[in-house]
Amino acid sequence: MSDSAFTVFFFFFRITSAFLKYFSCLLLHLFWCFYCHCTQIGNKSIGNSSVNLSFAFPMFLFADGAVAEIEKKIIEAFEVFDHECNKTVDVREIGSIVRSLGCFPTEAELHELLAKVEEEEEPTGYIHLEKFLPVMTKVLLDRSYRPIPEDVLLHAFEALDENKCGYLTKDELVKYMTEEGEPFTEEEMEEMLSSALDPETNTVLYRDYISMMIVDEPEDLPQ
Amino acid sequence: MEHIVTDMGCNASIDDRAESKSEKAIKAAVLIQKWYRSTRARLEISRRYSLTIFQSIEYADEQDQAQLASFFTFMLERYADPDAVADASISPSVSHQADSYLTEYENIEVPDSYCGPRLSFPLTLADANALLHAFKDGQLLHAHYVLQLLCETRRVLKEKPNINLVSVSYSKEITVCGDLHGNLDDLFLIFYKNGLPSEKKPYVFNGDFVDRGRNSMEILIILFAFLLIYPNDVHLNRGNHEDYVINLRYGFSSEVLNKYKVHGKVILYLLQDVFSWLPLATIINKKVLIVHGGISNTTDLDFLNLLERNKLKSLMRPPKPEADREEQAKEGTPAARPSTCAANEHVTRKTRGVSSSGSTELSRPNSQSGPTLKEWKQVLDILWSDPRKQNGCVPNKRRGGGCYFGPDTTARLLERYNLKMLIRSHEFKREGYELTHGGKVITIFSASNYYEEGSNRGAYIRLNPDLIPHFVQYQVRECTDKQNYWERVKTIERSALQTLREKIFAHRSTLTEAFAKYDCNNTGKISVSDWAAAMESVLCLELPWRTLQFHLVKTDTDGKVDYMSCFHNMEIAQSTEEVQPALVETLCKYRKDLEIIFNIMDEDQSGLISFDEFRKTWRIFSSHLGIDAYDASIDKLAQSIDYNKDDYIDFSEFLEAFHVVHKRDKKPT
Repeated sequence: MSDSAFTVFFFFFRITSAFLKYFSCLLLHLFWCFYCHCTQIGNKSIGNSSVNLSFAFPMFLFADGAVAEIEKKIIEAFEVFDHECNKTVDVREIGSIVRSLGCFPTEAELHELLAKVEEEEEPTGYIHLEKFLPVMTKVLLDRSYRPIPEDVLLHAFEALDENKCGYLTKDELVKYMTEEGEPFTEEEMEEMLSSALDPETNTVLYRDYISMMIVDEPEDLPQ
Repeated sequence: MEHIVTDMGCNASIDDRAESKSEKAIKAAVLIQKWYRSTRARLEISRRYSLTIFQSIEYADEQDQAQLASFFTFMLERYADPDAVADASISPSVSHQADSYLTEYENIEVPDSYCGPRLSFPLTLADANALLHAFKDGQLLHAHYVLQLLCETRRVLKEKPNINLVSVSYSKEITVCGDLHGNLDDLFLIFYKNGLPSEKKPYVFNGDFVDRGRNSMEILIILFAFLLIYPNDVHLNRGNHEDYVINLRYGFSSEVLNKYKVHGKVILYLLQDVFSWLPLATIINKKVLIVHGGISNTTDLDFLNLLERNKLKSLMRPPKPEADREEQAKEGTPAARPSTCAANEHVTRKTRGVSSSGSTELSRPNSQSGPTLKEWKQVLDILWSDPRKQNGCVPNKRRGGGCYFGPDTTARLLERYNLKMLIRSHEFKREGYELTHGGKVITIFSASNYYEEGSNRGAYIRLNPDLIPHFVQYQVRECTDKQNYWERVKTIERSALQTLREKIFAHRSTLTEAFAKYDCNNTGKISVSDWAAAMESVLCLELPWRTLQFHLVKTDTDGKVDYMSCFHNMEIAQSTEEVQPALVETLCKYRKDLEIIFNIMDEDQSGLISFDEFRKTWRIFSSHLGIDAYDASIDKLAQSIDYNKDDYIDFSEFLEAFHVVHKRDKKPT
């Protein structure tokens, strides 16, 4: 979906969820978007695509400040990794940024996201905030890559525990984590074992492990 | 991923069941993997912001100290000078007084019962080894030997120029160490890994030997001992913490006074002088410049080499205007503006006939004036500056002294003096070292676990004869440390958040005011943006407030912040409800500084001061800070805490009452 179409669609999405409150603003905004499109006000080129950013302009009227809040949160997380202070981050840090915002993407999902934010001609190894911000805002609004509830995580471990004995042996865990799914690197495996493995029995008592690791942070985003 | 549960047992045939079982396993694996990676990344983020919190609070604190410095020195002059000298000017008179203390050690008897190391001068390697063994066992060196050592060290340091030129011959490597900050274990680890200093193993120690850690005195003793044994192979640079005003605040003075109850003050007094004789920089093979902080766009190495470094006892006291005006008259140019290199040389050669090296006299009757503003600024810049990524050179607001210097500043200086690189310390680095400015600037930090157990590694540099740096990292581990990486990061995070919450609590009234401005309808709630803006405007810590939000305040489902909730979990140890909350808060905020002041005033180290002194001190302090004196309130407060009712206040009891306590503090031991 092109960026400008996205913006309009995005707007409709927001409106639907706040319909009653903002009906009058809806009409105003529709008129504004139509006007902008006809007169090309606010049309901006970023790379090869062009985005009409001023479509977003009246959003503040009805967006509850929620979108603005989300954007500020994303910018803050981005800036933590922006070492040069020039609104770019190393592409290898994108995973950390996305995860620090409370998302739990698979590696495949991360690659998809990267494809949307990388430079189109040739990857420079850097991601610009301008490209990252709208994509990440959508991710947070759509509530994609949600955290995994404790019971679901427990069922996952139980699924690997064929004998239903309440624990996984070290070899079993290593086999699954390094050979199945989206395999761990050696470093990741070692790290997981260092906190998951009970040194006395050389097994992973997954119930205890999960309780230790689940951080009690409320991750509800403003809606 | 909820599908896992519903897939169970849906399929009829055995093959299908087997397939769905392995499918299940794969799905489970993917789920666990994505969960682990995200949790791991968030652990990494929390480690990062924990260190940022520690660092921001540390620097903000340093800034505050710069403001209080003049007050402390005033207090020192009035109360702590062993001779109670009435004269306010400090430079030459201190040297003069120090003279009489140089031989004081002769009058101190070492009792037969003392079983620590007995040094014999001139020192030999045997003495150094005795010291190392003694300190490993936790022994103290007797004050007699400490003073004798300081006296000899001063004699040796005086011979050195401001900028030490070191030649490393082709066959040798030279080791450069950064900040140690009283971490004796790190020094032992370095010696263990790298070997003791000797003619074959030259060392440069780049400042900040003292403060914060518990063994600053021992580190100084060891470094000075090796300096005396191998004066041409052990090189010490002055750091910003080799400064008696800073030492008051960051623990070194307290450490000395605690360890040496009788002679502590004399030791500190002598150290003021010894610190001021530490060289300012070292240059290796005319190619590598080593300074503690950094440089600025006005740094003039020739000027630096010629000034009288011992006049700068503390950089926290900018020089008096009279000296400045005198200098202006001589130079004919305004002192503050940077002049060109040639003009400097010309002028300084004219006005400074005597260089600071080689002189054996203790006081200079001619130079009654203190250091000039220019001299002070030049030294401040090399001891306090930090590098930054952007070009340009701007004042270092974070620290309150020195500059932020960019790659262009570095390039210009290196070119001007035909140097290859700059090695500096002064900044905490998680890996113990960092390269910046295209590899031209190296930061080396040798104090591992600086903020908290597990917070960072330390490192040192081995420079080979081609001047290629080789970095060696290390980290001190407690033997009883059973925590894995996860638990260690969580501990660091808890500690950082606790420190931050205390700072928030200490600014309670200012913050409440700031929040109220955004909360026009008095609902008790404001938006996240407003909350973040208020926090930053009051605390000025440049922290990622939105990321920290959930640790600090309650947020409701509308996304609004219940701003008073950040004060809920803490209270002040002493319930002081009758007293004005603003006063209590001020006492909390300045608790550490008040402790220093009381310590200065407590002549006999008894831990008690009289009501009168207390009131007087409080009045001076509060007027200096520009806050109302609250005379009656302070009296009432002191009385309520004076448990013995004998008109003397046990000030540590008093201050303990203003300790911020976390109500649900379940910190694991």
